[in-house]
Amino acid sequence: MQPDTHAESHTHDAHHEDPGFWRGYIFSTDHKVVGIQYAITALLFLFFGLCLMLMMRWQLAHPGHGIPLVGKLLSQLLGEDMANKEGVISPDLYNAFGAMHGTIMVFLAIVPLLTGAFGNYVMPLQIGAPDMAFPRLNMMSYQFYFFGGVIMFTSFFVPGGAAKSGWTSYSPLATVNDLVHRPNGQTFWLLGMVFLITSSLLGSVNIISTIIQLRAKGLTWMRLPFFVWAQLVTAFLLLLAFPPLEAAGCLQLMDNAFGTSFFLPTGLVVSGRALHVAGGGSPLLWQHLFWFLAHPEVYVLILPAMGIVAEVIANNTRKPLWGYKSKVYASLTLGFLSFVVWAHHMYLTGMGIRIATFFQTTTMMISIPSVIILTALLISLWGASIRFNTPMLFAIGFLPMFGIGGLTGLPLGFNASDLQLHDSYYVIGHFHYVVAPGTIFGIFAGIYYWYPKATGRMMNEYWGKVHFALSMIFMNFIFMPMFLQGLAGMSRRMYDGGLTYAAQGGVAGLSPFIIELNKVISYAAFGLALAQIPFIINFFWSISHGKKVTSDNPWDSTTLEWQTPTPPGHGNFDKPIEVFRGPYEYGVPGNAREFLPQNDPDKPQPSIHEHPVHG
Amino acid sequence: MNIPYTVERREDTGLYNAKLGVWLFLASEVMLFGALFSSYILLRVGADAGTWPRHWLDYKLGAINTIILIISSVTNVIAWANLKMGYFGKYRFYQALTMVLAIAFLAIKSTEYYGKFHHYTIALKDGRIADGHIQKDETTADKVVIEGWWRTNEAEVMDPPANVEEKKIEIESKEIADMQNYGPARNNFAGLYFTMTGLHVLHIIGGVLVIFAIWGPLNGMWKTDPERYVNRVEVAGLFWSFVDLVWLFIFPTFYLL
Repeated sequence: MQPDTHAESHTHDAHHEDPGFWRGYIFSTDHKVVGIQYAITALLFLFFGLCLMLMMRWQLAHPGHGIPLVGKLLSQLLGEDMANKEGVISPDLYNAFGAMHGTIMVFLAIVPLLTGAFGNYVMPLQIGAPDMAFPRLNMMSYQFYFFGGVIMFTSFFVPGGAAKSGWTSYSPLATVNDLVHRPNGQTFWLLGMVFLITSSLLGSVNIISTIIQLRAKGLTWMRLPFFVWAQLVTAFLLLLAFPPLEAAGCLQLMDNAFGTSFFLPTGLVVSGRALHVAGGGSPLLWQHLFWFLAHPEVYVLILPAMGIVAEVIANNTRKPLWGYKSKVYASLTLGFLSFVVWAHHMYLTGMGIRIATFFQTTTMMISIPSVIILTALLISLWGASIRFNTPMLFAIGFLPMFGIGGLTGLPLGFNASDLQLHDSYYVIGHFHYVVAPGTIFGIFAGIYYWYPKATGRMMNEYWGKVHFALSMIFMNFIFMPMFLQGLAGMSRRMYDGGLTYAAQGGVAGLSPFIIELNKVISYAAFGLALAQIPFIINFFWSISHGKKVTSDNPWDSTTLEWQTPTPPGHGNFDKPIEVFRGPYEYGVPGNAREFLPQNDPDKPQPSIHEHPVHG
Repeated sequence: MNIPYTVERREDTGLYNAKLGVWLFLASEVMLFGALFSSYILLRVGADAGTWPRHWLDYKLGAINTIILIISSVTNVIAWANLKMGYFGKYRFYQALTMVLAIAFLAIKSTEYYGKFHHYTIALKDGRIADGHIQKDETTADKVVIEGWWRTNEAEVMDPPANVEEKKIEIESKEIADMQNYGPARNNFAGLYFTMTGLHVLHIIGGVLVIFAIWGPLNGMWKTDPERYVNRVEVAGLFWSFVDLVWLFIFPTFYLL
């Protein structure tokens, strides 16, 4: 059966079928509803993760002073051993906030936004599919994600508090730092991860199957929008990299709950007493299994954002993306190489210089495809008459920010320079430049860009620009000083913001300037939080009050998601979809119009890439 | 609304959706068990001399279970082939055999687990070591009764000599310095054994439930949409074969090596 025949049959369904509230919004199998569920839940977690960080930043800027407004509430909610009556958080709670900030941001906010929200909502539309290949699994994927999130959130309230061994949960620390409570926050963390990994498994199987099986007639591989390619590579990374973490999680859960010692070495002494376990375990094993996921995870965080940015840039430069094919091959290379670089997180573990050299080499190699993609995006701007709307501002902002994040990663990839920088604020600055003003800017670009398709209304441009400008300024005031702090040797896990070391003086000491930077960073972080208020109001206000779109294709875009009704009904397309051309035919000489949608049969051309365009 | 290629094959891939989906799922399963086998290798290679046990598991039971699972794979394929040819009754019969064999596997596995949890090594205060299966009904607060052997040293516990006759041993509670069963906390061999076979058992249970659901409660589809029904049986069969394959690696790794 061809896709076109259903497109017709589904329009009937759309008119006659009213699924009701529960089937329509809560237990919906429609990829668009699931995408929106993912988007809203993940945005809430993004905000929650930010709030955790704000409380930590207050503690770093003003160690020993109670947190205004929420400090006393924390004391009542979590008990006085977690935050005292004045609202000062304890070192344990600080550690829990740190671990949960990382976990929530990576596994509950950014990845679900990129793959769960955008992957679900946009990708099937862009390939001309009526839905995902397995709609019910798609719904289950969201439900597993949701329960994983609930478990993670609940863990703050179990005796002993949430997991507090970093988002990396390094063993043996993760197993031995709370021997009193069983089950403890770490147990919840591991159970939550099992749910999130299951969700990611269902999601990635679905995304890959959909892209391979459900592309519309004529949509050949090299006619796919770059965003779809990014989703495909990302889904493969999630599919193949997450299971080793699930295995590691099972092993640590056994350590935690059943007294095994997979990651606990012989002769471990905790608080002056020998730990009563069999021993013989390997802490390095946990790190290998963890980073085997967590390095590909970095590319899961960045590739879909690059995909969004590519769509927005092509649309607003009004010309074809420069180097489309190179970017496709670069992202495939990136995906492959991301599986063989993981141990560059482990240079200081004593795993040996030969292994370190191998991983140093692969790490330098993987920067090549990243640079190809970024350079191609940058050159795409050349000579264009750019439309500077809000999505485009975020997309342009992404380029230098990701550039800084990527380039500051090089010294960390070299074994020798990493000795100095490892576990310092430099690392924090580096990966936040990649993920915060990088990926999150990509996400914002995507939200402003696809919002009119999902709601039928535009978000407010003025407040969008305010949101962009303020976010840009504050992001840099937060993360740029961290490079200085890191170069000065400030460790990333200090509860008092380095005061202990400031008192020491000499080589080990931190200068007052470095300590003062804590305040700059913290105030900028509060500013960043305030800068999100225009976005939050804009997001909800525009649902009912935004300017209505006048056509289904308000940005004059070429890709298929704009060839649907607005918002798309169940089954997506009104008429049979057939693709005749590549994804970015903007301003192609010889074409009848300024832009030709992919399904426009006018003068079909085999592929834009065989017709180089100048100007 | 219908999703294309739920039943018929897509021309360029030659697959229907579910078949591609299950192969992708199996790829992820390979990574899951691959990581566990890698952990086994790393922990075993890193173990101190004399701390990795041998001959703790009964290879005869393992071999019987291996044969059972291989036969169940065969009956599963015969069932699918019969269904493909339209013989619904024969499909039902052979698939019932598959499930019976799977349950036999689980029964043998649970007796093995039961034995391990009741098998204790008892270190006495005078330095002697006793090792054997605890006799629950004779054991009281004052004395522990086991069916087992006296071991001369720890090395003999880690690699017990074969064909030594069991005898009943009574030990007074006050003589006992330390008492530990062969559960997962015993050492990394036992831990890995329980984790990996446990995960495998969960896969077996999941597989049987799916096969049963298709075989019983959901078999109305055979009348309404036979082609899709055959596909379901095929996809569940692919998973079943994978689960059997995992066992073919687990068996030599734990029982023979």
